[in-house]
Amino acid sequence: MEGQGRIWIMLAPVLVVIVCLYLGGLFLGLLQSLSYMPMIGQTVPNLQAYRAIFGHVEFWRSLALTLEVAFGATLISTLLAVVCALTLRGSFRGRRFVIFVFQLNLPIPHLVGGVAIIMLFTQSGLVARMARILGLIDTPSDFPALVFDPRGIGIMLEYVWKETVFIGVILLAVLHSIGTDYEELAASLGANPRQQFRYVLLPLMMPGILSASIIVFAFSFGAFEIPLLLGATYPVTLPVVAYRAYTDADLSSRSQAMAMSVVITAIITLLTYVYMRLSRTYLRSR
Amino acid sequence: MRAAATEVPARARRGGEADSGVRLGRVIRWAIIAGMVVGVLLPFVPLLLWSVSFSWRFPSLFPVEFSLRAWRYLGTPASKLGEALLGSLVVALTVTIISVIIGIPAGRALGLYRFKGKTAMEFLILAPVIMPGIAVIMGIHVLFIRYGLSDTPLGVILVHLIPTTPYVVTVLAGVFANYDPDYEDQARVLGANSLRTFVRVTLPMIFPGVAVAGLFGFLISWNQYVLTLIIGGGRVITLPLLLFGFARSGDKAIAAALALVFLGPAILMIILTTRYLTGSSAIGAFGRL
Repeated sequence: MEGQGRIWIMLAPVLVVIVCLYLGGLFLGLLQSLSYMPMIGQTVPNLQAYRAIFGHVEFWRSLALTLEVAFGATLISTLLAVVCALTLRGSFRGRRFVIFVFQLNLPIPHLVGGVAIIMLFTQSGLVARMARILGLIDTPSDFPALVFDPRGIGIMLEYVWKETVFIGVILLAVLHSIGTDYEELAASLGANPRQQFRYVLLPLMMPGILSASIIVFAFSFGAFEIPLLLGATYPVTLPVVAYRAYTDADLSSRSQAMAMSVVITAIITLLTYVYMRLSRTYLRSR
Repeated sequence: MRAAATEVPARARRGGEADSGVRLGRVIRWAIIAGMVVGVLLPFVPLLLWSVSFSWRFPSLFPVEFSLRAWRYLGTPASKLGEALLGSLVVALTVTIISVIIGIPAGRALGLYRFKGKTAMEFLILAPVIMPGIAVIMGIHVLFIRYGLSDTPLGVILVHLIPTTPYVVTVLAGVFANYDPDYEDQARVLGANSLRTFVRVTLPMIFPGVAVAGLFGFLISWNQYVLTLIIGGGRVITLPLLLFGFARSGDKAIAAALALVFLGPAILMIILTTRYLTGSSAIGAFGRL
């Protein structure tokens, strides 16, 4: 058995990275969001930046859009992932191959997914061309604007494409470890397939569903490149607003950018906490 | 997963279902399977076709004329592909090596031992996984500017360690959770020193896990866009930065060819890890990719 001291020495380099870079960065961001910038002579913290961003209509509009995109993408990919995982769990010909294809997009960068979504779903994209061949549309302008659209549909499409597989693969692993014993027991007690799913399988899958979906939600709320690539010019999601303000030449908008990033982090922290509390209560109640 | 494939299907053993119901269920199932395969693969189709197309106007479903124009352009210095490829490789390889070196002892501590403050430590390591990096990066940028780290590869490497380290440590902790340190004691009893024990006994045993952890670290760094954009300040060019530019500029053929180049390591990852991947806890690391 090794001493406590040795264990902390083993952890030290990683701790340095997380404490100095991660927590340090977070702390500095917080300070700057309070307009504490000694380099330009501001040494008295204040809430000016927060007041400024909360007073903007644009901020609330972006917040609404960001929540919509994150909730929408999480909900759709979770539902699809449950269906996919349950299907892949059964046995059928070519199952191994289908599972291989299913998890193919796991390591594909979001950016590549985004480029592909542009090529598929713009008004002259591949899907629009298929619609034209099927006689559904005549000209590109007949096809609905799904990318660069103000409602963030293009962003959601990319997230759903990537995250369905992410959640699906996790659920497949969960289902594998559950096995079929419980269902068979329920069946022998007279439960029909629907009851087996509702009262046996679903509750057993719930911890996996909850933890995978919160990761997806947090990611799609705070991520930045896909909204920048596939979003409309206006409105944009909160991380994009923050980035634009950050790169603005005006130095005062820098503290507003920081304030927005802090708000983004705070919202995710709060929602993750609430979500974990709720799921813990839910899991304990059964 | 492999074991599951040989299991007798629960559905087949269940009696009492009407024949038509079974048939309908089978049709639905194959429809879902077809949907999954098409859904995952469809986005790759325009990438492959656009990269070799010369003219491909609406409404033709396939390119009218093929050409290697985009690929030839990427071969010229004007495309900056060489610079971006070098930048991406240098950053990602350095980040991978550092995170694996610091991740092995940390993974061992978390996977093998119980100690006071372990839960807090695990929580601390998970925080960067769930929380978005935007506040952290904007916050730390000032410090990097002051110490001359911004706009340099070293600065970019340092910030890339923030997202990679937690994943690498998590994967390695999983590896060490199934590791038996008794072999090390035997090696020591037989007279091997610490270094020799590590190289000859520990490393061979954990090597597959280290390889997977390293690949994760590499891919996470390889895929980074925001961190490189802000800390690199446009001076450090990597592939995702180049790709983003072409994706917005509208030359679809070049964007598609570049996207395929950018996919290289991901494809390598698929080939190398398919064997280990299914059912492993390491899948969690894909969350941020």
